Amino acid sequence: MRSQFWQLLSIQFKEFFREPGALFWSFIFPILMSFGLGMAFKDKPEILQHAAIVIPANADSSKLKNFLDLKCKKIHNKNNEYEFILDNKKLGKTIDHFFVRTREESDVMIKRGQASIILAENKGIVNYFFDPANSESRLAYLTISGILNGKSSISNPDEIQTLNRKGMRYIDFLIPGLLAMGIMSSCLWGICYSLIEKRSKKLLRRLVATPMKKSWFMITMFMSRFIFTLLETLALLVFSMLVFGVTIQGSWLAFAAILISGSFFFMGLSILLASRTANTQVGNGLISSITMPLMLLSGVFFSYSNFPDFIIPVIKYLPLTLFADSLRSIFNEGSGMNTVMLPFLILTTTGIAAFFAGLKIYKWN
Amino acid sequence: MISNVGNQPVVNAVNIHKSFKEVKALDGVDLEIKPSQFTAVLGPNGAGKTTLVEIIEGIQFPDKGDIRLFGKHWKHNKDKLHHLIGISLQETLFEDKLTVRETLRLFASFYELTEKRVDEILDMVNLQEKHRSYVVHLSGGQRQKLALGIALINNPMLLILDEPTTGLDPTARREIWDILRGLKKNQGTSMILTTHYMEEAESLCDQIVIMDKGKVLARGTLDELISASQTNEIIQFKLAGQKNVPDFNKFINVKEMKYDELTDQFILHVANTSEFLPILIRYLNEAGCKVSELRCRYVSLDDIFVQMTGRKLTDNTLGI
Repeated sequence: MRSQFWQLLSIQFKEFFREPGALFWSFIFPILMSFGLGMAFKDKPEILQHAAIVIPANADSSKLKNFLDLKCKKIHNKNNEYEFILDNKKLGKTIDHFFVRTREESDVMIKRGQASIILAENKGIVNYFFDPANSESRLAYLTISGILNGKSSISNPDEIQTLNRKGMRYIDFLIPGLLAMGIMSSCLWGICYSLIEKRSKKLLRRLVATPMKKSWFMITMFMSRFIFTLLETLALLVFSMLVFGVTIQGSWLAFAAILISGSFFFMGLSILLASRTANTQVGNGLISSITMPLMLLSGVFFSYSNFPDFIIPVIKYLPLTLFADSLRSIFNEGSGMNTVMLPFLILTTTGIAAFFAGLKIYKWN
Repeated sequence: MISNVGNQPVVNAVNIHKSFKEVKALDGVDLEIKPSQFTAVLGPNGAGKTTLVEIIEGIQFPDKGDIRLFGKHWKHNKDKLHHLIGISLQETLFEDKLTVRETLRLFASFYELTEKRVDEILDMVNLQEKHRSYVVHLSGGQRQKLALGIALINNPMLLILDEPTTGLDPTARREIWDILRGLKKNQGTSMILTTHYMEEAESLCDQIVIMDKGKVLARGTLDELISASQTNEIIQFKLAGQKNVPDFNKFINVKEMKYDELTDQFILHVANTSEFLPILIRYLNEAGCKVSELRCRYVSLDDIFVQMTGRKLTDNTLGI
């Protein structure tokens, strides 16, 4: 019979590959997400803006009424709904959809997210009601006010030069972020949650009541998880290269080093988080409380530069930010080992420290 | 390995104390188990059974007292002792998506055992037909048999089973008992078994230890425990038509009288049923009482437990 090391390693693989849910979330979901987001941002997108219009009582002399009747197209089969299309061969279409409603109905539309701006008229002057903190509303204001003031196109198409070289597209920004997020999720759910579950099922307690080598148990768990993260990374990488033409412009050595250091960090963190947690409900909350803020703050999907200035220096040193930014610089800026040395060292050393701290306080019973 | 186990006690626990914060789980417990002896540790939830068993298993350590297995302390002898004992913990859940054979194979690898031993265990616990089934698809009884198989995989000299049949139907429970009887007969294994079931202790074990609130209340064979009780015969019945509860204590034959409000039954501990029963019937007839559900029986472990603790074994309190 094979040794306990191989038995321990093989059960990790069997557990993983026999769980359809694990396979879906590890391999299929990241690919679907990259495909969905990649396609959404690939071609010139249509921008759809919804606006509620309040026509005043003396509608005959209304500037808004005249605009709808003369400049817009009435939408077939829809009462009091109009459309205005701005077309630009570089930017694509911007479609403004106008709903003629009472003021009360317009407010409800804003509350429900069905419109981003309200247009109303007061003594012949059009007023725009919207939340300035909402960038979608601000864009709608700029566009619609331009149209109402007689500007029939957004700008001169000839002055726009689109950036669609590899490394400068949204998909080039997105894929490294998705890789980093996938590794984080895979390690935290695959190791941390799995260990907590084994403890709550009393399986750890049963295992340590045998001559099993605890170090081999941990090493095989790490090895298997590292192999799974490599496979997940490979699947997403190959997909994004084939479908979107994503390339690694920098050093493959740096890519491998950052991949290993990021995995080490999240595997070490997993052991630390799992070291004392007794049940899966607490584990669930613990993992979510780590992953959710990191996903929001670390710029996985969109740049973190929109956050307030005072918090950006902190965000830059969050582990997922270090990981994703390093991958992005290797993918898109052609960086090598020298550029990513600092994040590599930070992630590796803190990961190893978390691992040993976790083992030190690890509760097997 | 530890050689020459000989006739020294398999387990020798002396004055074991263990507390969890304010709760005294064990309060000066002594326990000795001889080679080939099957010992039942009985007690309701919160009696301290599991804590005692976990200290014997080396999973927990006592605050005070001395515990030796085969003459050895757990400290410095962990690996040796792990090879000598087999454990089935209360409600262990094995990996759902591993088969029965794979689970046994994993545990066999910890003891460097061969596939042949896995087949032997599958035969022993009657799981041959399920060897390719995932654990998640096993019934409660089959899971307990798997847990027992894992406990037996290293051919242990001491088997420690913590409530191995809790929650099983009577058929599954009897299947486990048959396996354990076979072990006792054929392999001379020693065993500690914690249980809620009196019948299990009566049927399987040579030594019975009754625990409550962290203390050992009594120990001995079933006969010794019954002999130590004041009486060993019981008459129980229901009465209809009586206005006042009769005072049966006035009869010399009646050693103890109880009225169980829950079942509406009188329970009389008597010295001699055949002598006292005609007297009792005559007395009740004269008093105008109608007797129903009359039953004469010997004292059971349950009665002894109630006598000692004032509680039934199945009373649920805080589990320790």
